[in-house]
This record gives sequence, structure tokens and C-alpha cells, in this order.
Amino acid sequence: MSKVNITIDGIKMQVPSDYSVLEAAKEMGVDIPTLCYLKGINEIGACRMCLVEIKQARGLQASCVYPVSEGLDIITNSEAIRKARKATLELILSNHDRSCLTCDRNNSCELQAISDKLNIRELKYEGEKTSYLLDDISHSIVRDNNKCILCRRCISMCKNIQTVGVIDATERGFHSNISSPFDLSLGEVPCISCGQCINVCPVGALREKDDTAHVWEAINDKTKHVVVQTAPAVRVAIGEEFGFPIGTGCTKNMVGALRRLGFDKVFDTDTAADLTIMEEGTELLQRIQNGGKLPLITSCSPGWITFCEYNFPDFLENLSTCKSPQQMFGAILKSYYAKKAGIDPKDMVVVSIMPCTAKKSECKRHEMGLDGIADVDYVLTTRELAKMIKEAGIDFKNVSSEHYDDPMGDASGAGVIFGATGGVMEAAIRTVYEIVTGDALEDLNVTAVRGIEGIKEAEVVIGDLVLKAAVASGTGNARKLMEMVQSGEKEYHFIEIMACPGGCVNGGGQPIQPSSVRSKIDLRAERAKAIYSEDMRLSLRKSHENETVKKMYAEFLGEPCGHMSHELLHTHYTAKEKYPMK
Amino acid sequence: MNKECCCENEKIEKLNKVIEEYINVEGALIPVLHEAQEIFGYLPMAVQKQIADGLNISLAEVYGVVTFYSAFTIYPKGQYQINVCLGTACYVKGANDILDQFKKILKVEVGQNTEDHKFSLNACRCVGACGLAPVVTVNEDVYGKLVADDVKGILEKYKD
Repeated sequence: MSKVNITIDGIKMQVPSDYSVLEAAKEMGVDIPTLCYLKGINEIGACRMCLVEIKQARGLQASCVYPVSEGLDIITNSEAIRKARKATLELILSNHDRSCLTCDRNNSCELQAISDKLNIRELKYEGEKTSYLLDDISHSIVRDNNKCILCRRCISMCKNIQTVGVIDATERGFHSNISSPFDLSLGEVPCISCGQCINVCPVGALREKDDTAHVWEAINDKTKHVVVQTAPAVRVAIGEEFGFPIGTGCTKNMVGALRRLGFDKVFDTDTAADLTIMEEGTELLQRIQNGGKLPLITSCSPGWITFCEYNFPDFLENLSTCKSPQQMFGAILKSYYAKKAGIDPKDMVVVSIMPCTAKKSECKRHEMGLDGIADVDYVLTTRELAKMIKEAGIDFKNVSSEHYDDPMGDASGAGVIFGATGGVMEAAIRTVYEIVTGDALEDLNVTAVRGIEGIKEAEVVIGDLVLKAAVASGTGNARKLMEMVQSGEKEYHFIEIMACPGGCVNGGGQPIQPSSVRSKIDLRAERAKAIYSEDMRLSLRKSHENETVKKMYAEFLGEPCGHMSHELLHTHYTAKEKYPMK
Repeated sequence: MNKECCCENEKIEKLNKVIEEYINVEGALIPVLHEAQEIFGYLPMAVQKQIADGLNISLAEVYGVVTFYSAFTIYPKGQYQINVCLGTACYVKGANDILDQFKKILKVEVGQNTEDHKFSLNACRCVGACGLAPVVTVNEDVYGKLVADDVKGILEKYKD
């Protein structure tokens, strides 16, 4: 990249010619305030907080969208700039529901932070206020437009990155608001519940549906046996809520904290991930051997499943019939485990801790249960679990390090890596290779499918078969990949798709990091590193070597994809029409 | 009933042709919306859905544009469009009283239709006939130098 010479606040510097003024200033250590800006996702100059003076331009300019050029002379701090930024912020605040004390984003709000930073101590404008109804119809996402500052980050995420596009700016002027068409609820539109909008919201306008009260109630009910399971991606992110650096694995602290909360058993969803590999791996081999529908596409991500049902109904038969690991685990807990432990499944409550908001909707699907008993009763996000831990006064940093409970807490590294994009593919390859060839896989690290690229491809020689595989994360990338498959441009045997960019580590239920952190650190990469190092630490790294899973088949399930499996662990999908006319 | 159904299908076909014309044109949405409103008289969900699917953009985006511009409406319009000018000249000559009289007789607010879909009441900016202030237009007819008592007589003319 060629460089250009610019001057910022009288200091000369050289920066790459594709930088914005904001990026250049950041590199020099000048912290220009921003609200709508989110690197790589929303760079639209809408909020006018990042105003600067540019000698070569008239008036104040939004630095996030002003490209640098040779000789540019920039001032970032003057009376005029400070006044303009403050006035803009005061106007935003004048029509904002300022109930910070009871807000979900109290202490993690970018508007709150910037108000403090710009030294706002009184509000001069007390004008008219808009008033909107709370949208809490969706099982996963709650929208409160009274908190919305119209930054449009959620729109960029939903429309441009995820290509879901169920929200947009509507009306104009004072009545501008972000909503779904015809004021429909997020629960009535083709929203896939991925929750990426929540993760990019700078304020409390978007949040998950809070299920913590239900879980406290279950824990308090002494007649209930309350079992908790934790997804792989939760352990590498929950630490962020308690001051650990991004990308710190906190499995043992998390297990300790879950016991202190009062759960009767603490199990690992990774065990069910191993089970998923046994089922899905077998399904893949059967489809290849028997001329079944290919490519086989993974079904672990409920956001992706909903996306596929709405956008690629012709591919529903390509989806693996396997339930997602959380649902498989719920089904096993309420059958096999209940029987073993001598508990009536009706007296059991299964709680999942997930990095995901879509899982909240998934567990409510009527297929996800047997004889009227739901596989999973409640899903909490990583954030909700952190809230419960804080509410209970548990010192997460110093809580005793503990292990998952037997007999369902035993999992392989293959189960752990489910949390990162490419992980399911890698886990499947580790198992399928050894089942087909009978040989041990030399290098268990299938690096071709690792990394945060949106679409990855790999060819793996397994005996006589050259397995063609592809991995996509983020539904925008999934759409691209599926269109290539649809047109015949690409052919694969096996495709892994995760709805969230980077996979579950970057799920819609994970700790929220502000724009300032996201500009510097790639959350997907850092959290994934922790996932892979967790895998490396384990001696058991292949799903088919998991003794717990082997025992499950020997004592209860019979064989992978057998009759019992189909009853408990597999499901079906339904094409969905977008905006059906009543 | 049958006739209406046929007519509706014709409109849908007509809109499909418009969409086809614009499918590869950049910035197609607004001209397509204009033509759709010409065809249907308004832009209900079914029409917006047809446009979104046809142009391969989200319904949310279409709806966003429709609600941004006052030229578009998502509600059916009445047979007669009453426009009461609230431009400066008409305003100082008492246009507000005339508007209130229309509201009172028709029992609607600005932007709404009468129950029988006969009249839509709108307020508009200067129609360029300030010499006739205050001015009201009903479809193509122009009425000038009005007082509130004239309103009843104007409406009478469109009884049938």
C-alpha cells in the first residue's frame, strides 16, 4: 500500500493511502469519539460524533468516512469541534430513554461512555420524545426503540453482512425509526434470531429475551432436578464479563460457578458434540455409499437452519437430519440419563448455556421433544449466565476450579472445536477418516478448515475417496456458497455452515465488546485461539474415542443412525414462506 | 367478484412487466414504486412484496423507502383526492378553517380516507394559485377564494 503524508494536530505523519482520517488519528493515539462507526461493518458518517476540521475542506467533516490524501491537514481538537460534538450528543440524548440504572447495557453502553467522556453534566434540550412499544414477541430478541440512537449498525449487520435484511430505517425526520416492514415484530418476520444485531448495538435497543428468572425459579424448586449444559464457545468468552483478557479459556471457573449457582449437575455440551459427530459422520458415509442427497450440510446452527428454511427451501433434504448438540443432549439427558439416575424426565429441567440467541428459539420448536416433553427447557446466553453469577455474588476469578460431572461430562477436543468456524468439519474429518481407513490420522490439526475467512474449502483423501468439503460462517457467506452450489459452479460432499461470522465464538449471545475494542481486536480470532488451545490440551481429541459416547451406544442407542437415534437425535425441517399474506 | 379478481391479476401482470424493465437498472426502486402506485393506487404489502422479490431487495428496504417519501402511500386512496393548500398565502387567508370544516364533515383526519373510500383528505403546500387563496383542489378541479361555509357545497358536487 502506498503511503501519504498528512498532518494531524500539527504533527506530521505517514499513513497508508487507504486509511480514513479516523484510522490515521487512532494510529497516532488521538481518540476521536464515535457512535455509529463499527470497523468493517458500519462506516457511514451518520452520527456526526467524529467531526474534525480539515484545512482543505469547508465546515466540519466526519472523520470515519473522510479518506486521507497527500498533504491533508487535520485538526481534531478545537472549541468549534468540541461544541459541535457536544451539541450533537445532547440532541441524541434529548430523545433517548435515559433509564440507565435499569438498562440491560448499564456499564456496557457506548452512549453512556461517550456522554461521560464528553463531559455532559446537564441536558439543555428537553424537547418532544418519541415513544415506541417494546417488541418482545420473538423467543430470542427484544427490541426497544426508545433506546435506539439510529446508528444503523444493526441494519448493516442484518442486511449487508448476514443478508437477512428484516430491519431497515423507516419513516423520516423525527419519526425515523428502525423497524421491520409494516411494523411487524421480529417474531413475525424472516429473522433467523442470530442476534448479531445485539452484538453490534451500542446501546440497549436490542437484547436477548431474558430467561434468567425461569432458571432461578427452577433452581429454587426442590422437586426439580436441574441439569445444566455448556456449549464449547461459552468457556472461551465468559471470562470477558469478569475482567479476563479476550480469548481466555475459563472452563474450570465456569463449572465451579455453575455449581455455586445451585445446578444439580453440570454437564458439557461437547459430549453431545461428540455424539453429533458419530451420527453426522455416519450419515455422511451412508449418503456417499448409498447415493444419498449430497452435499450433506451441517445442522448444528439453528440460525443457519432458519435461514435455509426461508431462503434455500430446495436444500432442506441436504441438511443433516441430526439435531444440534444442545438438543441431542437434552434428549439424551431426559431419556438415557434420567433412566440411569432414576429420575422422572418430568421432574427434570435442562438448562443450556449457549453463545447463541437462536438456540432460545430452537428449543421451542415443536419437533424438539418427545411425548410433549421438551428436550431443553431454557436457554441462557453467555451474557445471561454472567448476570446470574454476578447477582449471586460469586467471585468468578477466584471461584474453585472444578470439573464437569460424570457421567456426561466427558468430551473430546473434537467436541470443543465445534465452537469455531470449521470445527465441526475438522471433528468430522478426524472421525470419518479413521472409521473409513482404519488408520490413525497422522496430523489431527486440519488447518485448511481453520481461520476466520468467510468461505473455506478443503480436499481430504480418505482411502479411495477425495472428500470435497467447504465451510462458511455468517449467513451472507453461506448465501454465496449455496448460490455457487445451486448453479453447479461448485460441488462438494460435505458443507459446514454456521450462521454467525467466525462461528459460535462470535455468537449473538456472547459478551458484547464496544466498537473501540472491535476496531483493534478480532474477537473471532482471539476466542478461536482459546478453543484450539483447549483442544490441544486434551489427550482425547477424537469423538469416536469418547468412552461416554461409546457406552451410550452400547447401553442405550444401539448403533449410530439406528432406530433409537432416529427417534431421539434426529429431526426434520419445513420450508418457510417470508411474510405470508394473512 | 370475478371481474375484480381478473382486474387484480392484470395489475399484477402489469407490475411484473415494469419490474422486468427495471431489473438491471441501478436505482430502480423509486421509479418502480411510482409506477406501482399508478397501477394499484397505493402500495400494500402484497405489492411491496412483489417489488422486493422482483428486484431482489429486502421487503424491509422497500418499506423503508415507501415510508420515507410522502409521495407513496400504503393505504388505498379515495375516489376523490381533496388537497387543501396550507401554503403561506392560503394559510393567512384562513385555510386552516377550511381544513377543519372538511375534517368535521368527512369525519377524517388529514391523510385518511372516508369509510366509503369516496374522499381522501390531504393537506398540501403551495399549488401556485396564490391569487385565489385559500385554494382547494378535488382531483383536477380547483376551487378558490373559499370560506368555511363553501365546503359543504363543494362536497355536494361529488355526491354520486
